[in-house]
Amino acid sequence: MSALISEPAAVPTRPRRSRAGGGPLGMVLRSRLVTALASPHGVDSYLERFNPMWAAHDVRARIVSVHRETEGDAPVATLTLQPTSTWRGHRAGQHVLVGVEMPGSAKRFTRAFSISSAASGRGEQFTLTIRAHDEGQVSSYLVRSAQPGQILHLSQAQGEFTLVESPATPTISRLLFITGGSGITPAMSMVRTLLRDGYDGHAGRKVTFLHFARSAEDQIFADELAEIAAADNGVDVHLRHGDQVFSEFELRRLVPDYKETDTWLCGPPGLVELVKAAYGDSTRLRMEFFKPAVARAAQPGEEVEGDISFTRSGKTVAASGASLLEQAEELGLKPEFGCRMGICFSCTRTKTAGTVRNILTGEESALPDEEVRICVTAAAGDCHIDL
Amino acid sequence: MTELMDSPTAEVASATDEKYHGLTRAEIDQLGAELDALRLRIIADLGETDAEYLRKVVKAQRSFEIAGRALFYLPVIGWLPAVAALSVSKILDNMEIGHNVMHGQYDWMGDPNYNSRMFDWDTMAPAENWKYGHNYMHHTYTNVVGKDRDVGYGILRMDPEQKWNPYYLGNPLWAFLLMTFFEWGVALHDLETEEVFAGRRKMFGGENAPIWRRIRKKMGKQVLKDYVLFPALTGPLFLSTLAGNAVANLVRNIWTFNIIFCGHFPAGVASFSVEETENETRGQWYLRQMLGSANITGGKLMHVMSGNLSHQIEHHLFPDIPARRYPEMAVEVQEMCERYGLPYNKGPLHKQLFSVFAKIVRLSFPGGAQKEAPVRGPQAVTDDSLAA
Repeated sequence: MSALISEPAAVPTRPRRSRAGGGPLGMVLRSRLVTALASPHGVDSYLERFNPMWAAHDVRARIVSVHRETEGDAPVATLTLQPTSTWRGHRAGQHVLVGVEMPGSAKRFTRAFSISSAASGRGEQFTLTIRAHDEGQVSSYLVRSAQPGQILHLSQAQGEFTLVESPATPTISRLLFITGGSGITPAMSMVRTLLRDGYDGHAGRKVTFLHFARSAEDQIFADELAEIAAADNGVDVHLRHGDQVFSEFELRRLVPDYKETDTWLCGPPGLVELVKAAYGDSTRLRMEFFKPAVARAAQPGEEVEGDISFTRSGKTVAASGASLLEQAEELGLKPEFGCRMGICFSCTRTKTAGTVRNILTGEESALPDEEVRICVTAAAGDCHIDL
Repeated sequence: MTELMDSPTAEVASATDEKYHGLTRAEIDQLGAELDALRLRIIADLGETDAEYLRKVVKAQRSFEIAGRALFYLPVIGWLPAVAALSVSKILDNMEIGHNVMHGQYDWMGDPNYNSRMFDWDTMAPAENWKYGHNYMHHTYTNVVGKDRDVGYGILRMDPEQKWNPYYLGNPLWAFLLMTFFEWGVALHDLETEEVFAGRRKMFGGENAPIWRRIRKKMGKQVLKDYVLFPALTGPLFLSTLAGNAVANLVRNIWTFNIIFCGHFPAGVASFSVEETENETRGQWYLRQMLGSANITGGKLMHVMSGNLSHQIEHHLFPDIPARRYPEMAVEVQEMCERYGLPYNKGPLHKQLFSVFAKIVRLSFPGGAQKEAPVRGPQAVTDDSLAA
């Protein structure tokens, strides 16, 4: 799965530092004494010299294996990763930022991928299931060219699109997953976690898994889903292929009181729009988009008036409400970018003057000489960007 | 200043006949276009070799540092090699790595370890303070007397335009003290003490408050590491390690001071007035950087140990391009200087140092020759002189 975006945006901007744990050596390496001795570069920059899998704060992982899930134009692969002992584990549904040094360019690209394996503990292996998109050079590289043994740079797991209830304290409330394409990954992590941790569906809580894929050949985890569907576990699996798009009518047939059912939705924008419309103002729907396909407009009811001046290139464009990055690209500029969702800071630029709005938070700011992430910042009037 | 866009056309018409440091407006624009083209060509070529080089230098620096710290455990015979290794480590860290990374020369790599916003160096000056004073103030207003705070660092008289007073009789002594305590001086430089003495700024309050807080914090860390913890870890050798660390810091201070002073203060380097640089075009900015900087000639070791600031001219033209590219760019820049009849100020370290020393002494007394670069202008360049 490619770039993810949580709603509401509650993504931590920086990975927090590891606390004590990971054995006595880890405690020594994270001690104030060692930190003071290794200042200003940090102990990890010395440890890394000896072994890339030694770390006191940074998180890295070695690729253990690469397993092809589907073939075709946009193949899918599952990467099994062995993280450093600094990995604090993940909750089902979370994603992780992955930094990859692309061969040939020496550049590190950072992208978010959701974790497909069941919840992990400190230092435990986990898997990423990734679709190789044509336009996504990182996903393409990881699916087609990544090799076991290779080192990846990670963040800690992040995101609030998670399974809140624990299988150890079951309730009678039903769970519903609606996913499309590679949006299946976080839901798969949740279902795998439930089944691994002893969920058997007999406590009266049913799980319904409704998934849409382009075709049967394009279906990720087909065998495992068939097994889950066949087992006596209270999990209903409904797979829809090809032309079968989401309809409220069908959902009501499967889950009559879906608006009162805790629902996790993850998929392409088309699916997300249809499901959102079906749920109306129900608060039971949690969702995670991937790839915000269209530029988001300014806040509803607000007209953006003003010009964006890209001062370094001398180009100017009328503010449209789209992100500064997109507006710059429309002009043919090629600013550096990374995640395009405001978490990796690769596209940070200086706004020398003017007012901008954070697309994720709606927050407006008129501070001069402010560093902004142009992928999640739109003009809210005239503004000057050092680009 | 440093307007990147062209001035209104009316101004251009009147400026075409008027020469700016020996060149016409059109010639300066042409020069600027040539330098821009060179810049784009090198940027397009950045890649794995540059990243590998940086990682190699960092690896060497870390190895020297670890070796230096370890050799202090070897009583007596270990001391000199320890000081030497630690000195090399600190010089590499500050120059070829720190200075260059903090210029954003390697931001394109996308590696947070070498990102200008994240990096900090093994010296007293906190990265954030230094980047403002250096990357912004010094590199934008290079050699503009009254704006570039690196002209004399607020304590020396390095330009005849600076009004003389009896304090400057101590010019050589102040320079010697600045050299000895260079890392402290660089850190305190960002407090803009000359503004404080002029009554326009508070020493530790107002806009200086966050700057001073960062300085205190960074100095505390550096002192704790070099003068308390590492000496203490060597137990009975405490004093010997402490002295060794102090000497390594001193060696780095002397070396960096000398390299930096050779960059802008040898004879023949031009300075500029605030008035003449108002509404400056990009070409004029390039020209000012060329006339306001000087290079040090030498071998590969010289270039690495100076962080390629031995190519100060190229560094000032292209501050954000990885410094390891300066030697190859220097060939073309020098050729342009030939064609445009511009001086290309270079010389071996001892020659440039003597020139700087002479200036420090001369300017401790009133007066002093105007700093004017010996521009011949393209007209003076004949086919013969190009061939020669």
